[in-house]
Amino acid sequence: MHEMGICDGIVSAAVEAANDAKASRINSIDVTIGVLTEIQEEALQFAFGVLSKDTIAEGSTLAVTMLPAKSVCGECSAEFGHGRFDAKCPECGSFVCTLVQGRELRIDSMDID
Amino acid sequence: MRVDIAKGILEKNDTLAEGNRALFASKGVFVVDLMASPGAGKTSTILATIAALRDRYRIAVIEGDIASRVDAEKIAAHGIPAVQINTGGACHLESDMIRRAVDTLDLDEIDLLIIENVGNLVCPTDFDLGEHAKVMILSVPEGHDKPYKYPGIFQLSEAVILNKYDTLSVFDFNEAEFRGVVRDLNPSAPVFALSATKGEGVEAWTEWLSARIEAAKEPQS
Repeated sequence: MHEMGICDGIVSAAVEAANDAKASRINSIDVTIGVLTEIQEEALQFAFGVLSKDTIAEGSTLAVTMLPAKSVCGECSAEFGHGRFDAKCPECGSFVCTLVQGRELRIDSMDID
Repeated sequence: MRVDIAKGILEKNDTLAEGNRALFASKGVFVVDLMASPGAGKTSTILATIAALRDRYRIAVIEGDIASRVDAEKIAAHGIPAVQINTGGACHLESDMIRRAVDTLDLDEIDLLIIENVGNLVCPTDFDLGEHAKVMILSVPEGHDKPYKYPGIFQLSEAVILNKYDTLSVFDFNEAEFRGVVRDLNPSAPVFALSATKGEGVEAWTEWLSARIEAAKEPQS
């Protein structure tokens, strides 16, 4: 249910940027979400519909790009993609890895008139 | 017309969290955010931690709950400063709530600040509060399969407490499997098995915490 709070951040940032650009309406907003965040896209879309109502973003499309998880091995420096349960280096088997992608929560751009 | 925004969705929360972090650093306060399901034993673990460390460190607690002052009163009954945050329905704490609570405490008189997050294994993981470490508690009755179902919180926690360890014999809890999955999800996180209400096994956890407190104690300008 915290998608409401997340979505509030999206709508307020988009409305602010749209006002700065003197836009009359927002057509679409592009966001990037890492798969390791606890965001569920369906809940995010629902929250977006509710929170964008009566704003300049009402009726716009929320385009969500989900980014897969990626880590770098601390021992052999290999970079590899992985799921939730296997952040282990496929090259050398090390568990000492640093996550470099997968926890993004970013508003990239939007299309306005 | 396309307009670039390139902004963090949680930028407001994250900026306030950085402010909290800088404040804690300037006062030499170590802050731990405890996360768990409702009923896992967050408050009991805090009480056991207080009992073990109160002679060495000055401790304060921020209690996050949807409603009531029950937990803050439990802590305050032990003579420890406790601030209750009622989120009024929100499923997690955010950094502005922490700041308002912190403003009622005298940070010069505190070495360790424990934040008890709202009981939830999902939402608290996405919100930085400005803490030094997020630690989660799983209790034996919840089952060894929880890391499969809620991997995010296990990945983000710097340490995992396995509470109610004294009940292991009466629940179908596969400890080896649990430790294996936690290791796969988060290889650097230690797992501390303890029974908070009995005070058993608390020492390994409080030693780990003490080492972290010492590291944070030197005030930075």
